[in-house]
Amino acid sequence: MITAAFEYARPGSVDEAQSLLTKYGDDAKVIAGGQSLIPLMRLRLSQPTALVDIQGIHGLKEVRRDNGSVEIGALVRHVDIQRNATLREALPILVEMANDVGDNQVRNLGTIGGVIAHGDAAGDYNALALMLDAEIVTNKRRHKASDFFRDIFTTALEHDEVVTAVRFPVSTGRFAYTKFRRRLYDWAIAGVAVQETGSSWRVGYVNLARTPRRGASVERALAGGASAADAAAESGSDIDPTGDVRATAEYKRHLAQVLTARTLEKATMAA
Amino acid sequence: MTQSVSLTINGRPREDHVEPRLLLVHYLREVAGLTGTHIACDTSQCGACTVLIDGEAVKSCSVFTVQAAGKDVTTIEGLAQEGTLHPVQQAFWNEHGLQCGFCTPGFIMAAAYLLKQNPSPTDAEIERGLEGNLCRCTGYENIKKAVRSASQAMNGGTAETSANLVGSAAAPVEG
Repeated sequence: MITAAFEYARPGSVDEAQSLLTKYGDDAKVIAGGQSLIPLMRLRLSQPTALVDIQGIHGLKEVRRDNGSVEIGALVRHVDIQRNATLREALPILVEMANDVGDNQVRNLGTIGGVIAHGDAAGDYNALALMLDAEIVTNKRRHKASDFFRDIFTTALEHDEVVTAVRFPVSTGRFAYTKFRRRLYDWAIAGVAVQETGSSWRVGYVNLARTPRRGASVERALAGGASAADAAAESGSDIDPTGDVRATAEYKRHLAQVLTARTLEKATMAA
Repeated sequence: MTQSVSLTINGRPREDHVEPRLLLVHYLREVAGLTGTHIACDTSQCGACTVLIDGEAVKSCSVFTVQAAGKDVTTIEGLAQEGTLHPVQQAFWNEHGLQCGFCTPGFIMAAAYLLKQNPSPTDAEIERGLEGNLCRCTGYENIKKAVRSASQAMNGGTAETSANLVGSAAAPVEG
């Protein structure tokens, strides 16, 4: 379908982007790679009256490691993550996730900032940001990931707020990510990420609730010495899936438990 | 309300006035008259509309023309150089990497990008590299054969040229 009509502007700075968003009002949207937004616009599920294209803003494409953090600019694309040597060292689980996002064509355009701002529970990076206590940096403030994802496709961003970077703690422990799907380029029907940080484990769930979820109950069980299988049995309290055309809620709960156990085993056996 | 867009298509700069909502694939086909880029699924799944922007494969049904302003777009029409088919085109011809042919331009563009990134892909890497393209005739085996053959040709091996093929077809059959 042809999208609804909109105005289009390409600001040269974050400040200019903010004033354009103020000028255009509530129904304006920021666009980066557009790989989630444009399909939604084509279905007319989203009808922004203006698009503020941030592709030309300098300084949003860098990956910087400092002290215990790695800061990833909002315009860093999936393909950039796949090829980035710093990330391979400092946050290898993100590189593994990037390898499985969409397909080459999508990875050449889609950005990490876009995934975060879109706030989709199916966005792989969102569950990782949540479970690792990442910070979402904008032109106005720093959000804790735990306060950022509010509801389905709903984040804490104000209408004139632009995501400029995402800051993750450097995470070099054992990890694994399982993305369960029917076809290679699909979103996860269910995704489970696990990352060892120090002596404990973090667990994140993709597309198993209206927002990304942290596997807090599973993490507690693991901290208490439970086996992977026993900890995985706690996954039901961490998620709240709804049925859709691809799977019933019951099946997704089953998947979450099985995949949690498998992903933990994969991570511990990889070492 | 239209906006002015300047971009380069297959090495030729052009400027047009377009509505911001005009998708790149519609611009290429309807404004620039380059109908080799096909529209099929229209929902960014099938890859029939794959083109290169600044040398990178993208689905032109999921890019607005205005986003491509200032960039270098290559379509299937721009792959052949001075009448000589690109090695990927040649390999699709030689190996018959198609059935109905509708998905072919997208597959060739995706394969050309894949081979630029990875000149000697394994079979698994070819499958992964073309995951964003669908062939509803399911002619994947010959498509993979064509990519392998193009890879060999581009790495210094020899692939038959179309002229040879036409010549041999016209030559008397032995025996």
